[in-house]
Amino acid sequence: MVRLSYGDRLMVIFIYIFLALLAFTTFYPFWNSAVISFNTGSNTALGGVTFWPREFTLENYHVVLNDDRLLNGFMISVLRTVIGTVLSIIATALFAYGMTKRELIGRKFYMIMCIITMYFSGGLIPSFLLVRGVGLMDSFWVFIIPGLISVWNMIIFRTFFQGLPGGLEESAKIDGCGNWGTFFRIILPLSGPVIATLSLFTAVGHWNDWFLPSIYINNENLLPIQTMLKQILNTNIVSDQMANMDSAAQGQMARMQTVSSKSLSMATMMIATLPIIMVYPFVQKYFVKGVLVGSLKE
Amino acid sequence: MSQISVESKPAAAKPKKSSLITRFARQWDIQLMVLPALILVFIFSYIPMYGVLMAFQDYNIFGGMSESPWVGLKHFEMFFESPEFYTVMRNTIVISLLKFLIGFPAPIILALMLNEIRSMAFKRVVQTVSYLPHFLSWVIVAGFVMSMLSTDNGSVNIFLQKLSFIEEPISFLSVPEYFWTILVTTGIWKEIGFGSIVYLAAIAGVDPHMYEAADMDGASKFRQIFTITLPYIMPVVIIFIILSIGNLLTAGFEDILLLGVNPVLREVSDVIDTYVYRIGIQNTRFSYATAVGLFKAVISVGLLTIANYIARRSGNSLW
Repeated sequence: MVRLSYGDRLMVIFIYIFLALLAFTTFYPFWNSAVISFNTGSNTALGGVTFWPREFTLENYHVVLNDDRLLNGFMISVLRTVIGTVLSIIATALFAYGMTKRELIGRKFYMIMCIITMYFSGGLIPSFLLVRGVGLMDSFWVFIIPGLISVWNMIIFRTFFQGLPGGLEESAKIDGCGNWGTFFRIILPLSGPVIATLSLFTAVGHWNDWFLPSIYINNENLLPIQTMLKQILNTNIVSDQMANMDSAAQGQMARMQTVSSKSLSMATMMIATLPIIMVYPFVQKYFVKGVLVGSLKE
Repeated sequence: MSQISVESKPAAAKPKKSSLITRFARQWDIQLMVLPALILVFIFSYIPMYGVLMAFQDYNIFGGMSESPWVGLKHFEMFFESPEFYTVMRNTIVISLLKFLIGFPAPIILALMLNEIRSMAFKRVVQTVSYLPHFLSWVIVAGFVMSMLSTDNGSVNIFLQKLSFIEEPISFLSVPEYFWTILVTTGIWKEIGFGSIVYLAAIAGVDPHMYEAADMDGASKFRQIFTITLPYIMPVVIIFIILSIGNLLTAGFEDILLLGVNPVLREVSDVIDTYVYRIGIQNTRFSYATAVGLFKAVISVGLLTIANYIARRSGNSLW
């Protein structure tokens, strides 16, 4: 072990302090929002809630969890995420497996067609008109079908499949497996790591998306929780500005309530984040590898 | 694609001299694997590409493209002459340049710092925490920002007041002067940790003997970063620079839509993509919005081509 010079030691100390501050600033907004979600709305309105709830309550969650619309939004998000991820991963993996077959007629042409879409697209308006035109407006399937195939994921899957030992497929063939049988019985079960990584990213994408429903869904019963949350937060801004204009009157009104729009929206935010916080520790070891697979392929 | 040769296929199975149709029929099962995907790619990627032509039409909502009259470059001219043109272009360029100049080096610096940490526990905590925001939706992140900056309970205001930097709470999200700073900071907050993963992996490839040798020669840590680590990860850095040049006109979309809610901010927040969204989806001026989008796409392709040309000369070509 080489002894550090004075200047080096100073630098290392600085780095530790800087990184600790970074971790703190990253973590604090979560903490603060959680704290506000556990504080009574009337007390929060007095201001100054930072590290700990001053008046602990579960009332905010009670109200949010008893709101049928929010619960419905949560369920829509869960359904969309599960169905969308499963179908997208299977369809994309199947596509990728087909594309590994060297005898596939038109393989090169198909590949070029796919790669072009990674650089060029019709843009927002033509895509919007198309989705509306094929009748996906106000349909649950608008969440699933347009994004079912990801060319990017297909390329990652394909690279992974090509790395599997070729002898496996041969022996499956000899035992009488067709291409489809080989895919479902041999290839998919062996692709755990890559399926886990890509499922994670696909699922997170589905769970977090608020924009697509905001333009394609008018039916309130189909709105996922993120889109609803966006509406709630926007209303909040408006009321925040009103509070600024007439803070005295507004403040008195807020003080009479146990819950306020602020404390409620924080509770909703916590609930909309919960699934990600819950799976995050389990998948962290996978995605670090997954990111590398994705970037090295470029 | 170089791994293709590793694949061992029984070539003997292929019969000699059969027509394309026979061969196609024989492999119907694998064609069936790729067919649905190709149809979806065709519908959802290629039909909209054709739809771009409506930028040269006066699109008729009821008749569709086939019944809409062609108007040449009318919508492009309208955009260039519109009063919004200057604002939108300025915002797009300034915001994306700010994001690039500050947001691009940030994860590299973080990776270099993390690399100096010897305490594994500390390193793991910092990494775990800093990766997390990447997985949150922009709605949640915008919610955090609004909550942190709000006037009634915003921790930033409380903090600044306690330190006596300000007397009255500032309504940060309704002051145009602060918007770019907030936007760039939020973007870095969300992606710095995740962005550092690739650089950390690259740094891990440096031969430790190099550092030992540098230590022997009395090079400081700082010096080692500049003479060993940075040159070593340069190829990765260059690839990412090239990739981001093609996106130079994408100043942001979700973040701006969600943080720039206040109409006061439009003067500083409107960029090409949000303008297309507002004009196209909200005001249903489809042809005009498509023309604006196409304008951006054309410049982006030009930038990408230039970037690739530069890359090829430096030996890091993308295609």
